[in-house]
Amino acid sequence: MTALLDMDQLLDQLESGLREQLKEREISNPVLVGIRTGGVWLADLLNRRLGLDGPFGELDISFYRDDFSRIGLNPRVLPSRLPFETEGRDIILIDDVIMSGRTIRAAMNELFDYGRPASIILATLIDMGARELPIQPDVVARKLSLAPHQRVKLRGPDPLHIEVRDTDH
Amino acid sequence: MSVDQQPVIRIANGHRLTTNGREQNPCSLLIRNGRIEALGEQADQAEVDQTIDATGCMVTPGFTDLCCNLREPGAGQKGNIASETRAAAKGGYTTVCAAPDSSPVNDSGAVTHLIREVAANRSPINVLPLGAATRGLEGELLSDMVGLSAAGCVALSNGMSTVRNARILRRAMAYAQTFGFTLMLQPRNHALAADGFAHDGMVTTRLGLLGIPEVAETAAVSEMLLLAEETGVRLHLSQLSTARSVAMVADARARGVLVTADVAMHHLVFTEQALGGFDSRFHVLPPLRTEADRQGLLAGVRDGVIDAIVSQHQPHDSAAKRAPLAATEPGLSSIESVLSLGLGLVQKGELSEAHLIAALTKGPATVLGLTDNTLSVGEVADICVIDTRATWTPTATNILSAGKHVPVTSRPLPGVVRHTLCAGKTAWALA
Amino acid sequence: MTAYDPSAPSLQLTRDGQLKHFLTLDGLDRPLLTDILDTADSFIEVGERTIKNVPLLRGRTVVNLFFEASTRTRSTFELAAKRLSADVLNLDINTSATSKGESLSDTLLNLEAMASDMFVVRHSQSGAPHFIAESVTPGVAIINAGDGRHAHPTQAMLDMLTIRQHKHEFEGLRVAIVGDILHSRVARSQISALKTLGAKEVRVIAPATLLPTDVQSLGCNVEYDMTRGLEDIDVIIMLRLQRERMEGALLPSEREFYRLYGLSTEKLKLARPDAIVMHPGPINRGVEIESAVADGLQSVILNQVTNGIAIRMAVMSMAMSGQVAERSQAQSNALPKGINS
Repeated sequence: MTALLDMDQLLDQLESGLREQLKEREISNPVLVGIRTGGVWLADLLNRRLGLDGPFGELDISFYRDDFSRIGLNPRVLPSRLPFETEGRDIILIDDVIMSGRTIRAAMNELFDYGRPASIILATLIDMGARELPIQPDVVARKLSLAPHQRVKLRGPDPLHIEVRDTDH
Repeated sequence: MSVDQQPVIRIANGHRLTTNGREQNPCSLLIRNGRIEALGEQADQAEVDQTIDATGCMVTPGFTDLCCNLREPGAGQKGNIASETRAAAKGGYTTVCAAPDSSPVNDSGAVTHLIREVAANRSPINVLPLGAATRGLEGELLSDMVGLSAAGCVALSNGMSTVRNARILRRAMAYAQTFGFTLMLQPRNHALAADGFAHDGMVTTRLGLLGIPEVAETAAVSEMLLLAEETGVRLHLSQLSTARSVAMVADARARGVLVTADVAMHHLVFTEQALGGFDSRFHVLPPLRTEADRQGLLAGVRDGVIDAIVSQHQPHDSAAKRAPLAATEPGLSSIESVLSLGLGLVQKGELSEAHLIAALTKGPATVLGLTDNTLSVGEVADICVIDTRATWTPTATNILSAGKHVPVTSRPLPGVVRHTLCAGKTAWALA
Repeated sequence: MTAYDPSAPSLQLTRDGQLKHFLTLDGLDRPLLTDILDTADSFIEVGERTIKNVPLLRGRTVVNLFFEASTRTRSTFELAAKRLSADVLNLDINTSATSKGESLSDTLLNLEAMASDMFVVRHSQSGAPHFIAESVTPGVAIINAGDGRHAHPTQAMLDMLTIRQHKHEFEGLRVAIVGDILHSRVARSQISALKTLGAKEVRVIAPATLLPTDVQSLGCNVEYDMTRGLEDIDVIIMLRLQRERMEGALLPSEREFYRLYGLSTEKLKLARPDAIVMHPGPINRGVEIESAVADGLQSVILNQVTNGIAIRMAVMSMAMSGQVAERSQAQSNALPKGINS
């Protein structure tokens, strides 16, 4: 399965998709914000690929998750790091995998607590479908449909690779 | 008490416990008209109304408690003479001294009469009132000691309270000595103990509790021993809690001071560590102290410096114990657990069975000047049949005392009292 | 083993070791204390945003149950709860009124009707939060905001956060705690935290009248003298001295105390040159500490407020999380096996 997903190829697709979006929307000075942890690795790579000068942001959405009353607090929460003003900026929000859309909702809620961005473009490496919220990525490198018990996760950072595993024990 | 129509009882095949320890061979006892009429074969062959099978059990004299709070007259929600003497009988006791800390305090003949009257009607065992040494236990004015004695008080005690003024203490001793009364005092220097409620040491340091230092007791013991030596009073020190006190009592005795002493069973079993989780049950006075103190107290019992082990039974309603530690009232509901806790010490090898039983029977009897019960022919049939192999687990439902704050719950304890006879009458029988 | 107290840890931890109440630092291990500090770091970042609230405790009710007045501590707990999006109810219960009949357990019965999720408890009696944690309905988290002389674990943890910010790690640190240790719940919790986090030495400096009887059993060294006591010290924690200590004959006078144990510019030079000075506040200038020291470069007294909010947010969310975990554990135990896999 992993053989089908060539990382360089996926990254190329993500990069070209983003360039297209930026061109279409006439955005010249975006900032990248990755969702921890996979999204942060991707933000790092894409920041360089897109030739952006400034730093990229790192978002830890643990405090914004909607499942606190079921699973509690993530014990490994780290501070979010957005080393720039987000007010009025064009943000590219990046995550490794989108499925239900809940992570993205939490991430957007968190982003808005830093200020009001001009726009947000959502880019994900893989789209698993199975959406539960009306949230769609603007750029996707690859759509996948897996069996219900299978999960996909980006491993990294060196080397970056995709892992598919069964959730059944 | 009329003993005319009592059933004739045989306690069959039990092992008597004498001063030499538990007898190897079983020996039956025949009880008629409240007394032991015969032993052995003669008892086996007699015609009886009732046989108590004591096979494998230990047969001992009924226990005597020098310090038991029956809560009557007074706080009905904490217990009364009927409930607490029933609990005592279940614990193997046939005689309990009623502490003077009732409400009102037993500082007048009227209160003493009331206690005796209620006990005569409601108690399955003997209740011996202790008169208050000072009026209201306030440590300021002497009580009518002679009047109290005439009303039936067996000794005078200042209960849980202190006599702060040494001059008054000296006079109380001198007056008691005049009439040959025994004076029972819990040694505690009021100012040093102040408002503490735990041993001043490791646990108070960690939990930030107000402490009662060891010296709060030893300073008072020292003062009392010197005053007793001077006045010649028969002094009984109640509920020693430190090893140092035991050594001081031994010294005083060696130089001829008329002093006896007791220790509460919980001080032989638990230490300050019991309070570790703010467990308010173990808020007791004097406080539970260190392991070294516990060892010193055990040695005191083994050496005979400490004459008696007492229950210091203090039943409370649940509200009195359901609060942050400092807001709770001191005391354990202990009388049903004393024997089992003691047998626990025997199992651990910390006390011999003979020492334990002597400290529950002969020791306290001697302090009170009562005749020693040796389970011989002709003696009053105050008898306890104990299954030392059986265990029981104290729970809120099987505890007879109104106070449910027992020292051990949810863990089996060794030793079940199968039968308690008081003057030949069944005071307690295991269902 | 720091677990001295056999019942406290199980009382405040879930079966898998998560915090579910926060009563004392005794019995909490180093990873857990570090988790609290790390989580607080994340909340400090939240505090720097335009909007400082996170939705973690949305829809939950936090009751500040203060039996002992303390506007300052209550305010930080209130702000912390609000930044976690909880509904906050402040109850200042006059202890003199409760002593007139209504017992603490009766007060609790009345409060349970309010369906709260967390009680933040400040009480003048040591062990009151333990008692409440033992008495309340399961699912309600209890946070100790200071009980008698026993513990003030959130204050101690915010001090640890401040120390970590300046010294980065605890290994090798020598910390001096100066003043009224005997009456200080803060000092007890600080000593416990510092020992668990691996500080090299905790030294208490005070006259014997202001030290608990068996203070060495907490694992600290005792000095009666500031000159010897401050030698090689990296962190100096000054404690507040209450005026009433003179009345109990624990001290002769404030002047003599300041002369012997007050932190002056001169005495500060006895510690390491990069030593930091802390004080849980409110400060009695000229009694525990010279103004020039309190306001000086080595003083870290001010940023303790930011840390205080972050620590309380961390502890509140972690304890609530532990309650959530325990509840779902209980539910999954109640369900037939396998249904939750």
